[in-house]
Amino acid sequence: MRIGVVTFPGSLDDTDAARAVRYAGAEAVPLWHADRDLRGVDAVILPGGFSYGDYLRCGAIARFSPVMAELVPAAKAGLPVLGICNGFQILCEAHLLPGALTRNAGLRFITRDVRLTVANASTAWTSGYESGQQLLVPLKSGEGAYAADEVTLDELERTGRVVACYAGAAPNGAARGIAGICDEAGTVVGLMPHPEHAIDPLTGPSADGLGFFTSVVTAFAGARG
Amino acid sequence: MTGSSTIYALFALGGYVARVIVDVMLKPEIHDPQGEAVLSATRRLGFGGVTGVRQGKRFELELDGPADSAALAAIEELARELLANPVIEEFSLHPADLFAVSLSWGVAG
Repeated sequence: MRIGVVTFPGSLDDTDAARAVRYAGAEAVPLWHADRDLRGVDAVILPGGFSYGDYLRCGAIARFSPVMAELVPAAKAGLPVLGICNGFQILCEAHLLPGALTRNAGLRFITRDVRLTVANASTAWTSGYESGQQLLVPLKSGEGAYAADEVTLDELERTGRVVACYAGAAPNGAARGIAGICDEAGTVVGLMPHPEHAIDPLTGPSADGLGFFTSVVTAFAGARG
Repeated sequence: MTGSSTIYALFALGGYVARVIVDVMLKPEIHDPQGEAVLSATRRLGFGGVTGVRQGKRFELELDGPADSAALAAIEELARELLANPVIEEFSLHPADLFAVSLSWGVAG
């Protein structure tokens, strides 16, 4: 399986995302923001960082980059996409996911390991987990508070599109403790914390995050028979 | 900014330079921790009369033609697509005719 990792100007976590892809047994394919080309990959990761310096709003400029012109229709057609942190913000700005990420309550940039509860273990990126499973992964964001109107929040909860929640109180004030959501098909997932930093106890707080990457690889191998 | 818009106005040679202000604010129901931080600073400075602060953004768009209804419609579209995120923000447009102002700046300086 070939998984593309997009690098925007200001991306920080593309290297770790590519490493996580390799840990999961897939080939990491670098994708460049200015190329209108997905290089035939089977899935795409939008990594964390500060694309285009977070100018205007987080993810607002990245949304209009050439690679996104290819990615948006591909994602709507079923290409698995995982947006982590800034990648989640980009997915919301691109309207592939509903809602928005707003400034943390309390204004502080939060960098710490957090416990997540998997709420939906049937998405393309979480099928290797069990519903209710707890994960320890780093959170590092200044604008990570998920926000949406009440109707959207109700709809997300009712249809199982909340993928992960913060265990306990959301450290950033996220609505209903939401840490990650998915699209209707369950193939496009946005997650505020960083599973790619938690794939090996040597370099992270746990290996709990590896399941996001092995999930998509296993599903792909299964589909191929 | 003032200098460049002045030059632009003078070189427009009988043309018409218009500017449209786009104000973007978080929707009232969206928590604004930046505004709260500013509010607490106003209190520390002794400005006790200030009871609330909301922080927003202001964009100044310069046009190559008049701020007519077609231009305003295009800018409204731009604001909805780019300048504001309608999920969490609301915006308002304010046409500002710059011709006379820029000319007087040009004469003065």
